[in-house]
Amino acid sequence: MSMSQDNGQFLTTTIEKFVRWSQKSSMWPLTFGLACCAIEMMNLVSPRYDMAQFGGEVFRSSPRQADLLIVSGRLSHKMVPVIETVYRQMPDPKWVVAMGACASSGGVFDNYAIVQGVDEVLPVDIYVPGCPPTPDAVIHAVLKLHDAVLSGKALGGVVRA
Amino acid sequence: MTQSEWFARPYTGGAEAMQFVKDELLAEVLERFPEGVSAMDSRFDTPEWRVEPERLHDVASWLKQRGFNMLLDVGGVDYLPRQPRFEVVYHLLALPALWRLRLRVPVEEAVAEVATVSDLWESATHAEREVWDLFGIRFTDHPNLTRIMMPANWHGHPLRKDYPIRGPRDQTPTLAAERNRYHATKRPADRPDRGMTWSPEKGADERDPNRQDG
Repeated sequence: MSMSQDNGQFLTTTIEKFVRWSQKSSMWPLTFGLACCAIEMMNLVSPRYDMAQFGGEVFRSSPRQADLLIVSGRLSHKMVPVIETVYRQMPDPKWVVAMGACASSGGVFDNYAIVQGVDEVLPVDIYVPGCPPTPDAVIHAVLKLHDAVLSGKALGGVVRA
Repeated sequence: MTQSEWFARPYTGGAEAMQFVKDELLAEVLERFPEGVSAMDSRFDTPEWRVEPERLHDVASWLKQRGFNMLLDVGGVDYLPRQPRFEVVYHLLALPALWRLRLRVPVEEAVAEVATVSDLWESATHAEREVWDLFGIRFTDHPNLTRIMMPANWHGHPLRKDYPIRGPRDQTPTLAAERNRYHATKRPADRPDRGMTWSPEKGADERDPNRQDG
């Protein structure tokens, strides 16, 4: 972000860049643990990994207060209507992270019960490999997402007029 | 021996309770239901009785009056290619006498129907819905026989051994590529997929006496 600051305590930028900067600076995830990846996801906010330093410390229990949906684990066909409803309830703009092999491609669960990749039902912004990914990997993905938001590549489902 | 007399006995642990079911209760039920009930040669501690499906509800209601006040679980088994193909298994417990009993009901594939016991034990409603959902065995007079594990619009019964392991992606080879992209249904002939060629007959239990192939 190209903000310039002069000695007279002025800050000049565009509205659009300022909005993107504020969006990425407090991207609150939704509490949506699906499987074992959720255990690693909980570690994101622990003191050891401390996602608070990137503005994502508050896991919201209500989708109406969340910006980021971390799909942490395998998504069964029975769960599809639930996750679609939860995604619709999140206010725009909103982003989706597919955490782990199961959320990305079905993983080892090549069977009738599991959706072969959460991108069959949701628009995914970032895929995190691993089974499960370490919290570092998820933080790395979230930071990549921050970069994409800041540069205007990931608009979070909002169509520019 | 009545149940109150049984309670008056000194507690001796589960073994004597099992022996009581194997000896005295079996004699009682054979006297009352001469056909339709038989004791099975079980490898487990819990006594096992084979009950014909048409006598199941009578036997179950008699067992409930006799003291089996708890239905622990109802399960289904698919013994393909054996005939009769299915079995419905009931696990019963009598509290506080600690009698345990397992009823095994053979079910033909063409019939695939058993009388419900949910009017005797309320806990049977959910367990029978699960057996219906995963094995396709109907329970007559069940108050709400709908799917419980799979989505309501699901087709087929996944725990049947002839159900394709990948579900609709196996059943419809013409499924659009984006629904099938990671694991294509059509594979090159030199790369056979074991998951696609597996058949329930080949994978059947070797101890099964009615096994068809060598």
